[in-house]
Amino acid sequence: MERFLQRSRARRIEAAAECVFTACAFLALLAVGMITLYMIANGIPAIYQVGIKEMLFSDTWKPAARDPSFGILYVILTSITGTLLAVLIGVPVALLTAVFLAETAPARLAEAVRPAVELLAGIPSVVYGLLGMMILNPVIYRLEQRIFAGSKTHQFTGGANLLSAVLVLAVMILPTVISISESALRSVPSQLRECSLALGASRIQTIFQVVIPAARPGIVTAVVLGVGRAVGEAMAVSLVSGGSVNFPLPFCSVRFLTTALVSEMAYANGLHRQVLFTVGMVLFLFIMAVNLVLHAILRKT
Amino acid sequence: MGRKIKDSFLLGLIYLTSFLSVMLLAGILLYVFVRGFPGISRSFLTTVSSARRGTVGIAGNLVNTCYLVVLTLMIAVPIGIGSAIWLNEYAKRSRWIQMIEFATETLAGIPSIVFGLFGMVFFGTTLGLGYSILTGSLTLSLMILPLITRNTQEALRAVPDSYRSGAVGMGAGKWHMIRTILLPAAMPGIATGVLLAVGRIVGESAALLFTAGSGYLLPGHGRGLLHKVRESGGTLAVQLYLSMSRAEYDAAFGIAAVLLCLVLFFHILTRFLSDRMGCL
Repeated sequence: MERFLQRSRARRIEAAAECVFTACAFLALLAVGMITLYMIANGIPAIYQVGIKEMLFSDTWKPAARDPSFGILYVILTSITGTLLAVLIGVPVALLTAVFLAETAPARLAEAVRPAVELLAGIPSVVYGLLGMMILNPVIYRLEQRIFAGSKTHQFTGGANLLSAVLVLAVMILPTVISISESALRSVPSQLRECSLALGASRIQTIFQVVIPAARPGIVTAVVLGVGRAVGEAMAVSLVSGGSVNFPLPFCSVRFLTTALVSEMAYANGLHRQVLFTVGMVLFLFIMAVNLVLHAILRKT
Repeated sequence: MGRKIKDSFLLGLIYLTSFLSVMLLAGILLYVFVRGFPGISRSFLTTVSSARRGTVGIAGNLVNTCYLVVLTLMIAVPIGIGSAIWLNEYAKRSRWIQMIEFATETLAGIPSIVFGLFGMVFFGTTLGLGYSILTGSLTLSLMILPLITRNTQEALRAVPDSYRSGAVGMGAGKWHMIRTILLPAAMPGIATGVLLAVGRIVGESAALLFTAGSGYLLPGHGRGLLHKVRESGGTLAVQLYLSMSRAEYDAAFGIAAVLLCLVLFFHILTRFLSDRMGCL
């Protein structure tokens, strides 16, 4: 009798444990569902009030004026342009570093570079912002002064402009792109390399014409992850990009989707606040698109 | 001849970019430490900023950071481990596994500012928690959940199947087997995930700005340490952002140096652990 009770107790504990674990696992699903629901439910109302046409295709952003206008076209364009430029600059550098780590580096040297890359990923984004502001902005300002010397129409930004933001973003996506590309390069079977070398190709030719094309799916994954990181980066960019709403030209002070949220959410109210939630929704939709692309790539390989 | 020149050019480029990455890190560390360490004194670390007493200090932010780390881990670690156990040991239908893994992947890709917005509206407004450390912790829990789940999953996968069949063959229940055999064997991997999560919490600012707020006072006034959880509290990273937007650069560099020390410490600890895991 006693043994029977003990066994049934053990069985109940087993069942309870399974229930708890199942609940834990489904929490992630619930969280994603809730986030999607909240971002969309909070973002939609302002679109009805302002009108989708005015919001998406008007370029004036004057949320606090007596006759406010809420055009977020330039903000969206800035996020897209900034991300693309950052990827354009960051990815080649990252790819070459990944080649170094996976292919050409002597083992000792690779052991010194890899931790450095990992550490770069761990540096908080506010610290990138701080350094961007203190080191990069003055340099860019000097460049700006030289380029626009004598120009009467140019509004000087003091170095806080799209170019600075792009450079900071390019640095910030390096670690992600490097580590994913490195593992992609490493997973290329060594027979491919050997065949290419045996056919008379040099080591560099082998890397660029055989290994990198063979690792393409992994490298594309790395780039997409980099895009996701660049689109969503908020703090560092908000400190170096100036913050007025302008068409995204390199030497213009600009506002990204993320920085609009960081700098205005604290004091916005009423319709302005709702429009900011629409900005959040647009950002969220961008990220979801990136995620879906990523998922599709991962599934294919 | 042309091929040789091209080859050495590309090889030079490869070395140059890798050198750049290392220099970047070295430059960042050096610059922050050189500018930051002179500002770090005993009073900087042990007092609270006060205009009346003329002190600039980050004691409150340090305490808030500890609160956030502990509370967030208390929420996210059990859930993350539980989720990994289910995915790896219990789940049978591959469709559910796929969906939950996709959800985890998605959570990992959502930027922190979006978590911040969601936390502000859901935990702050809908659940009525306002700007508080609790709101911040709940928000960050969602953010670090994928990190814990993935690392635990990987660690569990590395445990050989013979451990499982051995334990079950001796008559152990599944949960008993997980508790006494699998989790201890997977511990280094789990710990790596937790340390990575701590690093993220310490450096996080965008998700906390609108959830945990920016309070910088020490807990106390005889109301107990637990009461602080319901009050607003800015972490080091948030305070760094606020100091910078107020152009208090000396304080900002001081905080940045403290932050980088913490990041370095946890990084070294993680490497130490993963090296040990390699031996297992």
